[in-house]
Amino acid sequence: MELVLALGIGTLAGSGVWLLLRPRTFQVVIGLSLISYAVNLFIFSIGSLAIDKEPVIVDGKELTLANYTDPLPQALVLTAIVIGFAMTALFLVVLLASRGLTGTDHVDGVG
Amino acid sequence: MTWIAPLMPHLLVVPILLPMLAAGVMLAFGEGHRDIKSRISLVVTSANIVVALALAVWVHAHGPVAYLMGNWPAPFGIVLVVDRLSAVMVLLAAVVALCAVLFSSARWDKAGVHYYPLAMLLLMGLSGAFLTGDLFNLYVYFEILLAASYGLLLHGSGRQRVSASVHYVAVNLAASSLFLIGATTIYGVTGTLNMADLVQRVVEVPAADRWLLHVGAGVLSVAFLAKAAAWPLNFWLVPAYSSATAPVAAYFAIMTKVGFYSVIRMASLIYAESPEQFGRAGLFALGVVTAILGALGMVGTLKLARLASYGVMVSSGTLIAAFGLQHWEITGGAIFYLVSSVLGACALYLLIDLIERWQNLGATLEDDAPFLAASFADDQNVNLDDDEERLIGRSFPASTAFLALAFLVCTLMIAGLPPLSSFVGKVAMLSASLTLGGNAADDAGKIWVFMAVLLGTGLLSLIALTRAGIRTFWATPLREGPRLRLAEGLPVGLLLLTALAITAAANPILEYVNGAAKSLYYPGAYVESVMRAPIVPPPGAKETP
Repeated sequence: MELVLALGIGTLAGSGVWLLLRPRTFQVVIGLSLISYAVNLFIFSIGSLAIDKEPVIVDGKELTLANYTDPLPQALVLTAIVIGFAMTALFLVVLLASRGLTGTDHVDGVG
Repeated sequence: MTWIAPLMPHLLVVPILLPMLAAGVMLAFGEGHRDIKSRISLVVTSANIVVALALAVWVHAHGPVAYLMGNWPAPFGIVLVVDRLSAVMVLLAAVVALCAVLFSSARWDKAGVHYYPLAMLLLMGLSGAFLTGDLFNLYVYFEILLAASYGLLLHGSGRQRVSASVHYVAVNLAASSLFLIGATTIYGVTGTLNMADLVQRVVEVPAADRWLLHVGAGVLSVAFLAKAAAWPLNFWLVPAYSSATAPVAAYFAIMTKVGFYSVIRMASLIYAESPEQFGRAGLFALGVVTAILGALGMVGTLKLARLASYGVMVSSGTLIAAFGLQHWEITGGAIFYLVSSVLGACALYLLIDLIERWQNLGATLEDDAPFLAASFADDQNVNLDDDEERLIGRSFPASTAFLALAFLVCTLMIAGLPPLSSFVGKVAMLSASLTLGGNAADDAGKIWVFMAVLLGTGLLSLIALTRAGIRTFWATPLREGPRLRLAEGLPVGLLLLTALAITAAANPILEYVNGAAKSLYYPGAYVESVMRAPIVPPPGAKETP
């Protein structure tokens, strides 16, 4: 499971960086989105991967780390998703304004 | 002093809550009512100055104070912490915000919508970033201040500004991703996000995992250094700052310092008790390269706004290099220099706007601010002869002299020449370097390089600014004196007078910044204030013994 997740994060981040370095604004915004997906998965995985374990304390289950999963990364990833989403939306508006004012979708506004 | 005691520790949250509240109230007014909004902003920024001064006085006398935001005991909830360094940064942010808001109330606030709420949100983000004691909370405040800064950078619109914004937003979004990767890696290794708790946990990290800690710290520093405009991640700075409207650029003079503040805060906390000092040589080298490139940029440009932006880069580089040396004596001088250089850069950006308008004979170019040009024409039709015009648009004979004198003072501030405060900061750094370098410390070579860079960049910036001054004030044909408005002349004068006051009170302030620097290297009191912060018992609960 770790290997699959690591490959997934790596693919997303790698494609994101590649797109971020492209000259068209649409490619840049998709690249930034892919990077933020990769980062979100990374944050989620930092609390160690577990199946069928709960982040909150349940009656009758012994209070050891073997029975529970870390709740904090899940809270962090939620915050990161919301902020990343809002920032992408804001960036899209800037890109549209740039397209309108310069008449081109090149990131430098020329060519 | 006595009136502060009952307000502590609740006073810590005021510099964050007040601007947030003001921004919310202003949004309720809609797009108009600029007069009321500018007054609210002036009141809030002044109040922030008073609160920050009170905090600075208090922590100087009593040591760091922590505030438990959710009333959870120390390592679990989010804490705010104020120590000498964060108090002085909050104060500086409020001073810069006051000047920017005052300056824009003359006319720049009409160049777009929602200027004042964005300015308040930026102040909120800045205060929060300086006060927070939690790594992830720092990320949230960074995003708040960045979101507000995107809006402010776009204020005034126009092709150049939007193009620069595209780069600025893209670079900052990428840096934010790195911030998240670094912060969560550190959480994964140490199991805590609380900065004070980190100091203790870092020591316990087993040797096999220490490389992962260094990776986390390294990625985090890259994110901070991109915001602090360290080479090679600083190519966004000059286009963005020089195309922003004047009050926004002046406001942004403190933005790169947030990155620098975060670098020194995190680096000193993560490696306080740790045997190895990871990345120290790298910081020094990056700072030196940044300062030299910034100084060369200053010499190579004729446009005033770009000149000021390269000046910001020089001060960033100097600060990073000074911290890279890792001696608290030099860091103390660097904090003093930080304050002076922010005041100088802020005043210079405001001044440049006045000078350029004077040279364009009062006109604002259409492409420069499309919305402002339209509303300004309306102003001239309606208000040409009534009271308002006579009050705010009077041209007084000494105004040329004021501009020239203010430019001279800015030059002294940015080049670090006597008798103003940035000279004191540079002398403090130089004398500490001389003592340390003379005592043949193990990094004496680096200290001599640092001194050469400090003096060399000062000389280059002096040459560049003198040339700009001669071209502006002497080499142009005589023309009518500029029409200065009180609201535009006042912030420039205020900033320069503050610099003068800092020079006059240099001794106690040096003592203060040296204390701030020392507590960075010995964070015992900082950690203790967080870990021992008492939780407030719920109402009706019995006193626990």
